[in-house]
Amino acid sequence: MFPYSKYLRTNRLPHIWCTGCGCGIILKAMLRAVDRSGIDRNTLIFVSGIGCSSRTPGYIDFDTLHTTHGRALAFATGIKLAKPEMKVIVLTGDGDACAIGGNHFIHAARRNLDLTVILYNNRIYGMTGGQPSPTTPYGEKGTTAPYGSIEPSFDVCRLAAAAGAVFVARSTCYHATQLDKLILKAMNIKGFSLVEILSPCPTYYAHLNRLGTSLDLLMGYKRNSIPVEKARRLDPSELKDKIVTGVIYKTERPEYFEEYHKLQQGITENGRLR
Amino acid sequence: MPVTAKKYTIKINRELCKGCQFCMAFCPENVLAMKKAKAVVINPEKCTGCQLCELYCPDFAIEVEKKNE
Ligand SMILES: Cc1ncc(C[n+]2csc(CCOP(=O)(O)OP(=O)(O)O)c2C)c(N)n1
Ligand code: SF4
Ligand code: SF4
Ligand code: SF4
Repeated sequence: MFPYSKYLRTNRLPHIWCTGCGCGIILKAMLRAVDRSGIDRNTLIFVSGIGCSSRTPGYIDFDTLHTTHGRALAFATGIKLAKPEMKVIVLTGDGDACAIGGNHFIHAARRNLDLTVILYNNRIYGMTGGQPSPTTPYGEKGTTAPYGSIEPSFDVCRLAAAAGAVFVARSTCYHATQLDKLILKAMNIKGFSLVEILSPCPTYYAHLNRLGTSLDLLMGYKRNSIPVEKARRLDPSELKDKIVTGVIYKTERPEYFEEYHKLQQGITENGRLR
Repeated sequence: MPVTAKKYTIKINRELCKGCQFCMAFCPENVLAMKKAKAVVINPEKCTGCQLCELYCPDFAIEVEKKNE
């Protein structure tokens, strides 16, 4: 038995998420990763935007900040500048990070801000009733796309890597134990790290697209996932509609806050720039 | 006749259980079932302590504990 209650505001339970919503699975994986990291909980801060997924900080007993829609990364940047010693984890949805917050997302990655982003991708706007998001696959339905979306979707991991993230990983709520490992790896990275997690929204996504129950969505993740090591050996045509899981991309680059503090020190020590 | 010792305690919090059926579906030993849209233990003696039910429960509603011998 894992002592989840050690990290929960238990008086806030039951949480608001629907029956079979994947948010709870991600929350639990995150707590296991935090526990394994051995990080002093007083040096951790969780920041979220708006959405069902962004409700997560309300249930965890850490320093937490529930901000405005799409702006979690902007608040996180401020925290990190004021308190560089803090480990800042951003919890966000596909709408929060890729639609309204899309600019913050690409520029946080470009600057290589030392933040860990956990992106709950349920491929829809859950909280507002099932409108399509930038990750809704082409042809799939939302309340405002009753004939199916005519927009292509973002590949969030490719987007982050292209923008400048130094660690990019993907998994699903079916792969619950892999989530702990990827989140832990992301937390140990200095720089912008992203873990995208496919998460079931039975209430809107599955319902509107007649995909069955939440369990059916989880089993779909199992069927359609391919580990990245295997995917690299396949032809791109064989990866259509597949979910590539694991560490998708990793690199090293100077980190923004370190550069910023170096610059700041340079100025204060000499009274001018070195 | 030796009685099969029950090695694990499965605790279900009915206040928190939302009836998603994940625990039942992932249990490899058919230990769990649903009754009135809540999880219930039907075959406790078959539990191997694998904790898959606990891993997938999104609601902190099921816990598996090893009993002290
Ligand atoms: C400025 C602003 N615009 C719009 C909204 C309405 N709104 C709330 S949540 C949401 C979308 C959430 O989608 P996502 O980030 O994918 O989270 P989910 O609910 O699916 O977890 C929107 C559009 C808002 N709260 N604030
Ligand atoms: S609407 Fe969807 S994402 Fe929101 S709590 Fe319900 S199942 Fe989860
Ligand atoms: S611990 Fe394993 S065997 Fe026991 S009830 Fe849970 S899933 Fe079934
Ligand atoms: S997984 Fe949890 S919430 Fe779902 S039926 Fe089982 S105990 Fe209830």
